[in-house]
Amino acid sequence: MCTDCGCGLPEHQHHAHPEIVDVMTPLLAENDRVAAHNREHFDRAGVLAINLMSSPGAGKTALLEATIERLGGECRIAVVEGDLETENDAVRIRRLGVPAVQICTTTTCHLDATMLHRALHELDLAEIDLLFVENVGNLVCPASFDLGQHLNVTLLSTTEGDDKPAKYPVMFRAADLVLISKSDLIEVLDDFDVAAATEALRGLGSSATVLETAARRAVAVEPWLNWLRARLSDRRSQKPVAVAE
Amino acid sequence: MRQLDDLAAAHRAERFRRVTVEVGPLSGVEPDLLRRAFSLLSPGTRADGAELVINSSPVRVHCSGCGVRSTVPLNRLTCASCGDWRTRVIAGDELFLRRVEMDTSGNEEPAHVH
Repeated sequence: MCTDCGCGLPEHQHHAHPEIVDVMTPLLAENDRVAAHNREHFDRAGVLAINLMSSPGAGKTALLEATIERLGGECRIAVVEGDLETENDAVRIRRLGVPAVQICTTTTCHLDATMLHRALHELDLAEIDLLFVENVGNLVCPASFDLGQHLNVTLLSTTEGDDKPAKYPVMFRAADLVLISKSDLIEVLDDFDVAAATEALRGLGSSATVLETAARRAVAVEPWLNWLRARLSDRRSQKPVAVAE
Repeated sequence: MRQLDDLAAAHRAERFRRVTVEVGPLSGVEPDLLRRAFSLLSPGTRADGAELVINSSPVRVHCSGCGVRSTVPLNRLTCASCGDWRTRVIAGDELFLRRVEMDTSGNEEPAHVH
């Protein structure tokens, strides 16, 4: 009898024992490695990197335009744009005099750390204080891929419904800040309640700050700009910039 | 697949019999789609024909208010005991390769079928 496993077969006929190895490595280990590398680049250059996520059409680019117009005089901003196709968003950003790199993912529904790393080679990080990465419009996959960013900001536009956090828990749980965008439409919509959206977010165990923004109204982006100013100040004083787990 | 390649090289494996992954409901990965991707990617590799086992543990949170650990739905991560939202997910967001079973080239005896 086999003395290894007691299977009762004569030893000379014994089967090859399968080797069992406990691995315990993240399935996205390669992405995580590149993301950590990106983060090192940012930290060395003193760049604050923000990953901007939302469904398509929630107003990420419009918010960036409004942000650049009002914050551009206080810090040096650059943008990496992720879209399946076209250079349109990068063109909009460059029109404001800010460097922008467009990543066209063609069929991929999210950015990953390697795509961002490639795009970073086209930017001089030493000349940047604040880098926005505008992820592909999608409330699912972008949440699963670390890019090396310091903070995740997720937009929830008022036309999407205030129960979005409960529908897309993985995305909203990853957010350090949730912006209710197009808040100027609340008065004409009868089905969006900021308190209900906040409640849905808290239902995910999230302590993320919730702010309202309306990119077309100067006064309505001020809370968001103040939030950014506080994070930039943390960055300059080398305090940890993360506001939540 | 790259991780399997590296493991095969490190252990001189000829083929994988079974690959076990942990995919929690909060990982953002859909087990059915992962299974389909595996069946599309494995032919022609050492994982061809290997069984893919996907373990999914229920979502559990630890409440920082009352200290209770509870099992919760994936879009309701508040404490099931006291309702507090200040919770930490302790299970259900896993996404890792747990274990592989492989035939190594070290053994030259013919394999038999169980």
